[in-house]
Amino acid sequence: MKYYTYYPGCSAEATATPLGLSVPPVAKALDMELAELEDWNCCGSTPYHSTYKLEASAMAARNLALAEKTGLDLVTPCSNCYVVLASVNTHLKELPAFREKVNEALAAADLTYGGGVKVRHLVEVLYTDITPEVIASKVTKPLKGLKVAAYYGCQLVRPDGFDDPESPHSLDEMVTSLGAETVPWELKARCCGSSLIMPEPDVALGLINKLLKNAQEHGAQCLITPCPLCQINLDAYQSQVNSKFNTSYNLPVLFVTQLIGIALGIPAKELALEKNIVSPMRVLAPYL
Amino acid sequence: MDETIAVAPAAGVSFTDEVCSIPGGDAIRSCIQCGMCTGSCPTANNWDYPPRRVIAMVRAGMREELLSSNSMWFCASCYTCTVRCPRDIKPADIMHALEVLSIRSGLSTKQSRTPIMYQCFVDSAKGNGRVYELGMMIKLFLKTNPFAAFKLAPVGLGLFLHGRMPLRPTRIKGMKELKVILDKAKKLGGC
Repeated sequence: MKYYTYYPGCSAEATATPLGLSVPPVAKALDMELAELEDWNCCGSTPYHSTYKLEASAMAARNLALAEKTGLDLVTPCSNCYVVLASVNTHLKELPAFREKVNEALAAADLTYGGGVKVRHLVEVLYTDITPEVIASKVTKPLKGLKVAAYYGCQLVRPDGFDDPESPHSLDEMVTSLGAETVPWELKARCCGSSLIMPEPDVALGLINKLLKNAQEHGAQCLITPCPLCQINLDAYQSQVNSKFNTSYNLPVLFVTQLIGIALGIPAKELALEKNIVSPMRVLAPYL
Repeated sequence: MDETIAVAPAAGVSFTDEVCSIPGGDAIRSCIQCGMCTGSCPTANNWDYPPRRVIAMVRAGMREELLSSNSMWFCASCYTCTVRCPRDIKPADIMHALEVLSIRSGLSTKQSRTPIMYQCFVDSAKGNGRVYELGMMIKLFLKTNPFAAFKLAPVGLGLFLHGRMPLRPTRIKGMKELKVILDKAKKLGGC
């Protein structure tokens, strides 16, 4: 059994519910104990950190201070939480004056952060600590014949990810360990527009269209991604792309934990497959 | 919503110094203007001034012109510029630092809806300790373009019908503690 402190992130409880629901059963099947960080708060995400930097850093640091007490690595399945928490963590370690100020703010609630937490992305933990080989050994329903486009998005691999920042391979290895096939596609780590989908939908829809087109042209039957924002953009906004660009995509976009769960024989209900907007049932029927 | 109190830079502090003082903004002096950032940016064609020019403008002291532009607000934080920059200057972090300065100076543009979206997000995160996505989106549309909400209504409805749009926010237990931390940080000011 491997032990971690778990930070789901706000999306995992709302727009990315299929991620939030599919992580625990998969972790259990892979002998990981993910103990949710007690009373965690929002990491601040890019919007807070790009407007009121010190406040946002103090907000993120409350989580780090609480996590430090557990003595375990802090693991999140959300790529944006990962980048934000890891970046604040680095700044707090490297900039003493900044750390002092943030600690002064934390002290108002009797908290302090000594810089002792390691922030990790769930995919990195699955790849490094659990390994694709061990995942393969636990597969009970091999996904033979399923063609998957592994979509990394940006913040899993950049700016300081564990994989190649532009031509990553970890998710591909994980997909093949499940018995499925991955399609080679050029845009697997290119931007989906992230939260620009709200203030600048035309810009983001254009980027999403490019991604779906590229994945489809390479024969993908579905995509997988770990990132809540990427998943929502590609899944929930797929119909908007279809009306704007006169396309007819019908590509399911699964969270990586949902796909792993199917291969491990976890019931579809526990993996929240019915909560994906583009239904994955037709493509996944042979494996359920 | 927070009252934005415009803060001017202290006398004798250059625009480059200001950007350098924000964590992540410190390497801007090393830029060699190669243009790798602009060539790598997926949204650069929407920027008033593309990334390379943004960095040149900081160093040329073109503060008001840059901070009131839409440029940095189009950064989607994909970090492609950051991993490709041959001088390790982290352009995406510099864009975030410019957003901070733009808000702090009261110069953020009305031409982009992103600053308003960011403010709605901040209000939501501060209000409950966790972001409440539905509330944030409704507020954004009311503040920008209520008619755009009709166009995107099917997306929201789809998420709702699939159990991905809770009708109530989650509030953390330690709201009081979080509030004193944020109030203290605000009082300390700067970065």
